[in-house]
Amino acid sequence: MAQDRNHSLAYVRTEMVQEQPAPINAKGPVAWLRQNLFATIPDTLFTIFALLLLVYIIPPMFRFLIADAIWTGDNREACIVPGAGACWAFVDAKFAQFMYGRYPFEERWRVDLTGILLVAGVIPLAMPSVPYKKWNAIFVLIIFPILAFILLTGKLGLEPVQTSLWGGLLVTLVVAIVGIVVSFPFGIFLALGRRSNMPIIKMLSIIFIEFWRGVPLITVLFMSSVMLPFFLPDGVSFDKLLRALVGVTLFASAYMAEVIRGGLQAIPKGQYEAGDAMALTFWQSTRLIILPQALTLVIPGIVNTFIGLFKDTTLVLIIGIFDLLGIVQLNFTDANWASSKTPATGLIFAAIIYFIFCFGMSRYSMYMERRLDTGHKS
Amino acid sequence: MATDNAVKDEKGVDRSKMQVSDTEVAVEIDGMHKWYGDFHVLKDINLKVMRGERIVIAGPSGSGKSTMIRCINRLEEHQKGKIVVDGIELTNDLKKIDEVRREVGMVFQHFNLFPHLTILENCTLAPIWVRKTPKKEAEETAMHFLERVKIPEQAHKYPGQLSGGQQQRVAIARSLCMNPRIMLFDEPTSALDPEMIKEVLDTMVGLAEEGMTMLCVTHEMGFARQVANRVIFMDQGQIVEQNEPDEFFDNPQHERTKLFLSQILH
Repeated sequence: MAQDRNHSLAYVRTEMVQEQPAPINAKGPVAWLRQNLFATIPDTLFTIFALLLLVYIIPPMFRFLIADAIWTGDNREACIVPGAGACWAFVDAKFAQFMYGRYPFEERWRVDLTGILLVAGVIPLAMPSVPYKKWNAIFVLIIFPILAFILLTGKLGLEPVQTSLWGGLLVTLVVAIVGIVVSFPFGIFLALGRRSNMPIIKMLSIIFIEFWRGVPLITVLFMSSVMLPFFLPDGVSFDKLLRALVGVTLFASAYMAEVIRGGLQAIPKGQYEAGDAMALTFWQSTRLIILPQALTLVIPGIVNTFIGLFKDTTLVLIIGIFDLLGIVQLNFTDANWASSKTPATGLIFAAIIYFIFCFGMSRYSMYMERRLDTGHKS
Repeated sequence: MATDNAVKDEKGVDRSKMQVSDTEVAVEIDGMHKWYGDFHVLKDINLKVMRGERIVIAGPSGSGKSTMIRCINRLEEHQKGKIVVDGIELTNDLKKIDEVRREVGMVFQHFNLFPHLTILENCTLAPIWVRKTPKKEAEETAMHFLERVKIPEQAHKYPGQLSGGQQQRVAIARSLCMNPRIMLFDEPTSALDPEMIKEVLDTMVGLAEEGMTMLCVTHEMGFARQVANRVIFMDQGQIVEQNEPDEFFDNPQHERTKLFLSQILH
């Protein structure tokens, strides 16, 4: 074209270009390696550095945790041999305590049954393809808590078990689940309250949220345990675990409220207007239009708060409640098992348990995010 | 929609059902003022819309035309004067407001479909929750209107999967599912790609042919000439001129109207 100075500006395509496959070197494992690991010289150096780091870390970790680890034994004698790795025998011997705390041995089936009921309720609820969601939710949110309360504390003729005997994973899960399940709706109402046009409701919400966000959880727990009795009349006392539960829940609610408020703020005004224009009431619009979108948007933040709460439950230790981490630490002092590897082993065990729960929540939230993504935002 | 053998006039519109009532008033706005804080957005608005009338409201941006029609279903509150819709006066009485909103459909510039619901669910939400229509019946009605706007096959998709023109047609169908007696259109084609405008306008013409009372804020002058009985021109929060469409476009009186028309009809 360039040679032809007289060529006219007009151009009409006579044939449309057909789609063609991408060039060979743009896909396949070799292309992937080249693009992701060895694209530039710095990339290549980082890749080599990372590989060396793995070579340096993994073998000793493997030796400590598995190859040199002591798997069986009746007491510390097994774990103080030279060159011994992790003392899994300690975890094995104390496993029941780590799970139940000092819950009476002959009543532990009640804890097991509660756990089974929980799993049986939550798993189908978490799977979108299972039908009868409404009944399932009623079971998990209403019937299960009642059954769990009866079973764990010992009502209706069951042997009563003081909460001071509860411990280990049982306490961790009770505090975390109650905290999560109660703080979620509380958070929603607080977030709506903070955005309300009604000045009193708005002010109360703000005061509540800012108060609970402004104090450390340790302080909340400590106050509930040490100070509260001073303010209560003589003879009135609350269960220590219950006080911790209330503290943790209110604390988590404040955080949850702010996460959810973030989601509410991201919903365009047009969505509210569309609801209004169709004569939906405020609560209908909120429930059917606004919250489903707002909550989906902030799933990462909500799960972040859940995970934070799950790990914060370990703080109940400072008011003398022995959760999983507490009971593991308590057992370090058992002369029967004292060895240089016992604390490390116990902490690794606790870390694995926490990780399983937190990672599980994280993965499930990612799954839900993908599932609830309907493409474009309005 | 008009059938094929319907008699269409030179503008391509079947006027057999487009009757304007002489006695029945659909919307009456009387000496209405509105302020945003200290800013006087609407000044002494007087407008009477008869049942079956199709009104196009035009004007420069910021002239208050959207605000005015949003006052009709109380998305905006007016501070002075009177608005009576379908015989119901708009006051702070929430019951009355809901009553008006049930009878008045609205189509927005940005569609405002609910992105987390399917097209069908978008259409059945209000009938089910506001009119308490049984789900099955609501779905049948929804499918009927989706067919009328010519997208029944999209019923189970989400709004994000549709083109702008399709979304706006869904928005119209969604409003119709409530069986409104009056429809408000707030710049329904301004956010659309050029190729999608016609499909939405065609839908609106179809609605007009059925005798729907319509108030449209739009700059689609072709549409105004085709179906409107009246064009209202607003500037600085007031009604500056109104006339029947051909007269309005061919022979504008007010200086502001002339300037506006010369700007848009380059």
